[in-house]
Amino acid sequence: MEKFFKIFTIEMKLFFRDFTSTFFTLGMPIMLLLLFGSIYGNKPTPVFGGLGSVDVSVPADFAIIIVVAGIMNLPITIVSYREKKILKRFRCTPMNPSMILFAQFVLNILVGFFGAAVLILLGKLIYGLRFPGSIFQTALAFLLSCASIFSLGFFLASILKTVRSVSAVSFILYFPMIFLSGATLPSEFLPKGILKFSQFLPLTHVVNLLRGIWAGKSWGLFNKEIIILVGIMIFSVLISIKIFRWE
Amino acid sequence: MDKKIVEVKNLRKGYNEVTAVDNLSFEIYENEIFGMVGPNGAGKTTTIECVEGLRNKDSGEIKILGLNNPETDGDLKTKIGIQLQESSLPERIKVREAMEMFSSLYPRTIDWKDLLAKLNLTEKVNSYFRELSGGQKQRLFIALALINDPELLFLDELSTGLDPQARHTMWDLIRDIRNEGKTIFMTTHYMEEAERLCDRVAIIDRGKIVALDTPQNLVQSLGKEMRVIFSLENDFPLENFKKIEEVTEVEKIGDRIVVHGEGEEFVYRVISLLMSNKMKFREIKIEQPNLEDVFLALTGEKIRE
Repeated sequence: MEKFFKIFTIEMKLFFRDFTSTFFTLGMPIMLLLLFGSIYGNKPTPVFGGLGSVDVSVPADFAIIIVVAGIMNLPITIVSYREKKILKRFRCTPMNPSMILFAQFVLNILVGFFGAAVLILLGKLIYGLRFPGSIFQTALAFLLSCASIFSLGFFLASILKTVRSVSAVSFILYFPMIFLSGATLPSEFLPKGILKFSQFLPLTHVVNLLRGIWAGKSWGLFNKEIIILVGIMIFSVLISIKIFRWE
Repeated sequence: MDKKIVEVKNLRKGYNEVTAVDNLSFEIYENEIFGMVGPNGAGKTTTIECVEGLRNKDSGEIKILGLNNPETDGDLKTKIGIQLQESSLPERIKVREAMEMFSSLYPRTIDWKDLLAKLNLTEKVNSYFRELSGGQKQRLFIALALINDPELLFLDELSTGLDPQARHTMWDLIRDIRNEGKTIFMTTHYMEEAERLCDRVAIIDRGKIVALDTPQNLVQSLGKEMRVIFSLENDFPLENFKKIEEVTEVEKIGDRIVVHGEGEEFVYRVISLLMSNKMKFREIKIEQPNLEDVFLALTGEKIRE
């Protein structure tokens, strides 16, 4: 436990020393909240079932945090540790190198929760954010989404060998996911054709689930989302375990 | 007989049907510096990493510090220190943090501040890894390898990429570590390094050990032949050198003359011959055989840099 705490603390410092990861994970969602908040305000509207624009975009912004942490931070860090033979150096010690991966996993979840808390706080202070659901239920939906998307990131880290290729793939996945899944622009404003396509993006299901649970809807309404997210997780973990290499 | 720290018997390891290491056997004794030399791609790293337990062997036996399964015995890693041929740390980790983190991974460690002082890194304690020079990084990796006060230290291509001065400092350091009672298993493709540092040397080529002995014995096995090399301002018939009893061979390579021979008077006689004929010679050099020549004699190839 002491080992884990030491590694975790250092990984956390490394995270915050890196401008890119800090900006994309924490800075960008805040900027989006302020941008859309200042354009649309937070007046209740029937389009969002009686909620305001900020009320629906805050849980959608959670999805952006999750996808940056899971599809960018996690696989790029793991692949760079492998490519630079840092993982190999840990194999020379009595520690099981999985601990590094686990520390990265926990770190990105906690950073995600931290980012979500900041968004909620800013939303409340500036726009009088409404939160009809329960904190506990929302946290649970957030965790399930992290588990699913992070597993997908781990899958990327298993099949891609170089930082170059994993960065390229991350960005290619990142942009359509944040713009077409309803994470930035609410799905209510997206054309039908794009909505059809967005069903193939894992993040769409994260956005739907988070927005629903946030709004206080019952889990029973999201069976499709839950099955897809759990399915992605099982698939990714099984394949990763089979093909992941330390070197 | 000294205590055996490592025993390797008939080690074999291949990658996709290419044999990297073929039927190697050797032993390493307590408190010696054992070196494995050979060109890049000869199988040195494969061998050392099989002994370290980082790679699985195809067949053969490896016994290390009394343990029979280096790949699976987790306890082994607490007793050995490893400097990898190629490795790094996160760019923005500080030297202090790296030392603290690796210290926390071992049940027993020595004070890392003393280690940094010994390795001349104390003033870098708050520097990021990426700010260190090549030599400093290499010394940091040695510090990390020594953090658990290991009985056996592995050094894979320790001085590659270091400038000559840093290399000599490194050699002094390795001797000090040995004098503290540790056993060292190192690989290098620098023959000079092996000759100056190692107590015993295994010469490896294409996955096989072609010779194993002390550097002195290996060099002596070539005979006591020396070479006098010089260039002359005027022509001088090469046959004249052959009249000297001790001379075995004379060659002209470019504008330089190489006279081979042996015996105590050999050099003196060659020079007296030149002087008595009033020949002016320049750039005179006397060479004794070294490990480089041993490698050449054994494999018929020059070692590739």
